[in-house]
Amino acid sequence: MSQTRTIMIECLRYDPEQDQAPHYRTYEVPFTDEMSVLEGLQYIKDHLDGSLTFRWSCRMAICGSCGCMVNHQPILSCQSFLRDYYPARIRVEPLEHFPIVKDLVIDQSDFLGKLESVTPYLVPAQPLTPEDGPNLQTPRQIEDYLGYAQCINCLLCYAACPQYGLNNEFTGPAALALLARYNADSRDAGQKTRMEVVNAEEGVWGCTLVGLCSEVCPKHVDPARAINRNKINSTQDYFLRFLAPFGRGS
Amino acid sequence: MRTRSHEPIVWSLFGAGGVFAALLGTMLVLIIGILVPMGLGFGPDAMHYDTLRSLFGHPLPALGLAVVISLFLFHGAHRIYHTLHDLGIPASKKIMLACYGSAAAGSGAALLLAGMLVVF
Ligand code: SF4
Ligand code: FES
Repeated sequence: MSQTRTIMIECLRYDPEQDQAPHYRTYEVPFTDEMSVLEGLQYIKDHLDGSLTFRWSCRMAICGSCGCMVNHQPILSCQSFLRDYYPARIRVEPLEHFPIVKDLVIDQSDFLGKLESVTPYLVPAQPLTPEDGPNLQTPRQIEDYLGYAQCINCLLCYAACPQYGLNNEFTGPAALALLARYNADSRDAGQKTRMEVVNAEEGVWGCTLVGLCSEVCPKHVDPARAINRNKINSTQDYFLRFLAPFGRGS
Repeated sequence: MRTRSHEPIVWSLFGAGGVFAALLGTMLVLIIGILVPMGLGFGPDAMHYDTLRSLFGHPLPALGLAVVISLFLFHGAHRIYHTLHDLGIPASKKIMLACYGSAAAGSGAALLLAGMLVVF
């Protein structure tokens, strides 16, 4: 058992039904070396202030629900340790660029709509039934999309993206990376439906390759790469439609 | 129905300009800035007016020069356009015209000068 120290956690508090504006409250939290920021928040909720609201579930960087800003950096609170911030105090805020529901809980509806817009599922070339048997892939074919498939929808990339912050019409990193994930899957034939999203101003062209999304992604999805590879596809599509105008989208 | 972005046009010019800037730009700095002044690998007349004047009197080098200048200009214009947006000056037709318009005007001037070098 490691020794207990005390860290100051400054938390953004906001209840839209009661408060005029967000404000901060500081808590003194005893912690041991193995305690994560999430466990610090849980300590506050259990022992200091039961009204503090935040999301979490898996505690192991899988569910993607515990994302928040710690000292202005988007992180998974279950994956960051209090010992790494001590002796400085830490400031915990909800993920940037999203409306606050309460305290550290943000409203994800904007992202969910965007996710839906990229047709985030396999679209088979012909309808398949269980009788058709398994849809086999080679290890090489799996490799083509596996990296992008690691996304846990934690939204750290949206909190990091200055373009999404300036204009939230932008489809954004995770949704565009998932778009690339399904396009890259050998079992999928839905590229054409997704191309309209890619080609739009709010699609890949909303990105200016800042690259912070890929830096903060806890799952190494590399959305910046996914988006910028699709800029090449979108450019080809833009010019090639003049050569083969029939049967291509607008 | 989403509207298709026309950015591929300027993005291709930007990309081509970037490639040229990375490949040719560094080479030019090395040759003009370091090798020639130090007399390494190039004769004393390498950068002389007459040498360059006769080189760019040929149509192909002259056209190449104009194309490289034009792509550099479009590369810069595209960066400035997006940086202004990042600095909080929202993208507008006016700013677009100012950025890409000046790149286009500069390209025109470069082509004109290249033509003059060949003809006169
Ligand atoms: S791409 Fe990475 S940072 Fe973005 S939502 Fe997915 S896992 Fe999170
Ligand atoms: S609690 Fe599930 S990712 Fe942190």
